[in-house]
Amino acid sequence: MTHPEPPAALAARDLVKRFRTGEGPVEVLRGVSFDLAPGRSMALTGESGSGKSTLLHICAGLEPADGGAVLVAGQDIAALPEAARAALRRGTLGLVFQQFNLIPSLDVARNLAFQARLAGRHDPAQVAELAARLGIADLTARYPEELSGGQQQRVAIGRCLAARPAVVLADEPTGNLDEATGDRVLDLLLEACRDAGAALLLVTHSPRLAARCDARLHLHAGLVAPA
Amino acid sequence: MTRAALSALLSHWRRHPLQLAMLLAGLALATALWSGVQALNAEARASYDRAGAFLAEADLARLEAPAGLIDQADYIALRRAGWQVSPVLEGRVDLGASRVTLLGVEPMTAPPGAVAADLTGADPVAFMSAPGQGFAAPETIRAVGDAPFELIEAPEVPVGQVLVDIGLAQALLGLEGQVGRLVLLPNQPLGLPPLNEIAPHLQRVDPETETDLAALTDSFHLNLTAFGLLAFAVGLFIVHAAVGLAFEQRRGVFRTMRALGLPLGRLMALLAAEMLIMGLLAGTVGLVLGYLVAGVLLPDVAATLRGLYGAPVSGTLQFRPAWAAAGLAMALAGVLVAGGQGLWQLARLPVLAPARPRAWARASGRGMRVQGVAATGLALLAGALVVIGDGLIAGFVLLAALLLAAALFVPLVLAAICALGERWARGPVAQWFWADGRQNLPRLSLALMALMLALAANIGVGTMVSSFRTTFVGWLDQRLVAEFYVTARTEAEAEALRAALAPRTDAVLPVWFAEATIAGLPARLYGTADHATFRDHWPLIAEAPGAWDRLAAGEGVMINEQLARAADLWPGDTVDLPGAGRLAVAGVYSDYGNPRAQVMLGIDAFLAAFPQAPRLSHAVRMDAAEVPALMADLQDDLGLPHTLMSDQAQAKAVSLQIFERTFVVTGALNILTLSVAALALFASLVTLSGMRLAQLAPLWALGLTRRRLAALDLARGMVLAGLTAVLALPVGLMLAQVLLAVINVQAFGWRLPMQVFPADWARLGAWALLAALVACALPALRLARSAPADLIRVFAHER
Ligand SMILES: Nc1ncnc2c1ncn2[C@@H]1O[C@H](COP(=O)(O)OP(=O)(O)O)[C@@H](O)[C@H]1O
Ligand SMILES: [Mg+2]
Repeated sequence: MTHPEPPAALAARDLVKRFRTGEGPVEVLRGVSFDLAPGRSMALTGESGSGKSTLLHICAGLEPADGGAVLVAGQDIAALPEAARAALRRGTLGLVFQQFNLIPSLDVARNLAFQARLAGRHDPAQVAELAARLGIADLTARYPEELSGGQQQRVAIGRCLAARPAVVLADEPTGNLDEATGDRVLDLLLEACRDAGAALLLVTHSPRLAARCDARLHLHAGLVAPA
Repeated sequence: MTRAALSALLSHWRRHPLQLAMLLAGLALATALWSGVQALNAEARASYDRAGAFLAEADLARLEAPAGLIDQADYIALRRAGWQVSPVLEGRVDLGASRVTLLGVEPMTAPPGAVAADLTGADPVAFMSAPGQGFAAPETIRAVGDAPFELIEAPEVPVGQVLVDIGLAQALLGLEGQVGRLVLLPNQPLGLPPLNEIAPHLQRVDPETETDLAALTDSFHLNLTAFGLLAFAVGLFIVHAAVGLAFEQRRGVFRTMRALGLPLGRLMALLAAEMLIMGLLAGTVGLVLGYLVAGVLLPDVAATLRGLYGAPVSGTLQFRPAWAAAGLAMALAGVLVAGGQGLWQLARLPVLAPARPRAWARASGRGMRVQGVAATGLALLAGALVVIGDGLIAGFVLLAALLLAAALFVPLVLAAICALGERWARGPVAQWFWADGRQNLPRLSLALMALMLALAANIGVGTMVSSFRTTFVGWLDQRLVAEFYVTARTEAEAEALRAALAPRTDAVLPVWFAEATIAGLPARLYGTADHATFRDHWPLIAEAPGAWDRLAAGEGVMINEQLARAADLWPGDTVDLPGAGRLAVAGVYSDYGNPRAQVMLGIDAFLAAFPQAPRLSHAVRMDAAEVPALMADLQDDLGLPHTLMSDQAQAKAVSLQIFERTFVVTGALNILTLSVAALALFASLVTLSGMRLAQLAPLWALGLTRRRLAALDLARGMVLAGLTAVLALPVGLMLAQVLLAVINVQAFGWRLPMQVFPADWARLGAWALLAALVACALPALRLARSAPADLIRVFAHER
């Protein structure tokens, strides 16, 4: 390798996470590490309950790890005060969850623009183009409760991309979509991230979708296993 | 099956203890305030009845002298002629450490069956022979302490009164040889000589269907009842919100149970039973609380009624089973009203109706439209009643329509304000703030409506009471402008009195009157001297030009507001006076608290028309500081008992003191009502906060800290409460206007001018915001402290 690797947009170092349950503590992550460079995508797979969502939440700073560190652009997020972590989520990270992504009291247009406006990067033309490409341009006056699950999911992806985050964290974003639409939305996600130089961490069940990412990470028994 | 279903239903409350607590607290408080007020009213009414039954005078006619006192000789003449009459002498006197009302009766002739006859008949000799005996309520005896004769406990004697032999009463009151009235016993012998032959100057007065006291104090009780009803309604808002939420949250359980084969009827019966049990439980607690509230307030209420109207109300509360039953019934009716909607919806819901939490908000969009139509209809009804309404019932319908319309408008107005805020807001968070406020309005609207009603009631009743006080105090100053009032017992004594007064006073004004029927109403006519005392101070509410000159010249009369409104007589009209002919109405004056018609005419015209009218009472203008000395001298020189003299400065001070105690009562009820509304708000916010995590989690994930979200939540609660308080102000003023100008006029014949007290509003607004702050603080604190795991769960699990 002739060039040095660029600094990772997102990196995990020996992450450990335990949950206290009725039957005592359960160690869900037992030392997970990875590096994700800007403009690159990585699929996170594993069976249900293997800790994929937990890992994603820790990466987003929503939940603290019990050991190890998460580095966003080289910065250890656990060292930041809560307000700074929140600012990181507003300006640097983009999150798409499996469900309940949208703000129920705002219509689709306001939901789409919300994060971009929070981050101070609102560009109406870009939002309109995203909406068109996601096939939700004619839904902008509706409220989330008036959308199907798949439509809601596309609005959430549009909202994330409109803010042009440096790191996109997506938790089964196409789980609610039929296969054809899921493929189209994933294309858009991959393409937008590549164009913007954003790193993408994608949680998915589907080996077919995982295959389209630059790298793959498989969680098993709390550890990274070869995919 | 029933037990399994019941335990599944009840498990909901185990998992939502706060919701259960709210439900029970709301119902208990509502019942407490309602039944507390009812206990006060019942106690007072019982006291009035007791006073009426005491001498059985509520049922018996009596003879009275227009001049006030009756010569004992008249009594003896009547007895000799065979008339069955019993003398009574009543008067205020200092006894031991307290001032009491002496009630002098004659045991041998007292109406059989009356309480007084039973008491004195036990040992009439001891009662009648020196030093005598007195019967009084235990509290009266405690207050008196040492008395010059034996006091015997008799709880049936009205508080503040002492029953004595009439001879003893005459001695203590300094009214030897005089009696106050003669009670006409039932079953008079046949063939008696007519009354007007033996005692032509005595008047026969028939018993009134309602005691005077009851009529006089009605307005006071009306206020209390209105307050109690309002507090109950506000409390029901809490219950309704909690029951509605419990129904909605359990919709999934209902669905499952019905899918598993539980018949709808059984399910509804179980839910009804659940509500019944809660109603009984909370109702019982409410009764206990209500009893305590009434017990705390009763001394003030009793003091008010005693002082303001002379109504003998006992200061101790009795437990009445009928009251408890009525309170429980009210609680049960309340919980059924609150839960009826839920049951009705359940009955109409298809088995597999989806449990979609947000479908509620959408349905309430339709609900908002219906509400708007209803509110507009009620507002139109209220407007129509203002124009064409007549009578007390119409007044109350107007009151109800006004309050309901205003309450229904509250969420609509707030929604419109939120929509405007969303449109005008710049930043994304500000936009969300307003949009979210609007989205959650349906959940909060009941509590906000309750808050609005409580605040409006506070403003309305507060304005009425304050207006009443200001007006009444001013009126008292005007009407009782003379420093000293004195009444002689005989014409000769009056002559001597006037001679004694002349050198020591500025003016001695006649207060001479006669009874007559005016415009079909029993009225009292006063002869009035032409004096600055009247010209400068009399509280006229309408007058013709040169009114006082016309009165002095005998060309016109002044009438009180009651007569003016009842007979529709105003300046410019004329009125027929027996003996004086047809005279112009020169002016109308306010005459609060007096149920009867009254006419003032010039003293010359009066004496010409009523030459035999007794000339005994006088209003005296003098240096107020000299009054006590003058009173002492009159007592020594003329032997005038002090019961016939009154020092106005002292009387006024006493009146004002009584008013302050009235304020304690209304003030306490105000605070209680407001507390119930604050609790309603708190209950709604707490129940809302449970389902708000799903609304807030996305914002948190997008980088708004929990503290900021909590601060925004707190701010939203305060903004909504503040806006509600602003809306309550005009509603409260309209309420006050209706109370003063419609209800009062219909019920009592006089209208009070409205006076505004902005300082009171500011204080109330501050209270409302404080209450809202307290109500919003806990949910906001919980949000600020919520664990990230709770928020994450929103995204991670199927809900
Ligand atoms: N707050 C929590 N408390 C206890 N256990 C939890 C909590 N959150 C997740 N878990 C457990 O951690 C494991 C991983 O969960 P998750 O990351 O959601 O799995 P995945 O997304 O891979 O399906 C599961 O066994 C889950 O039950
Ligand atoms: Mg998951």
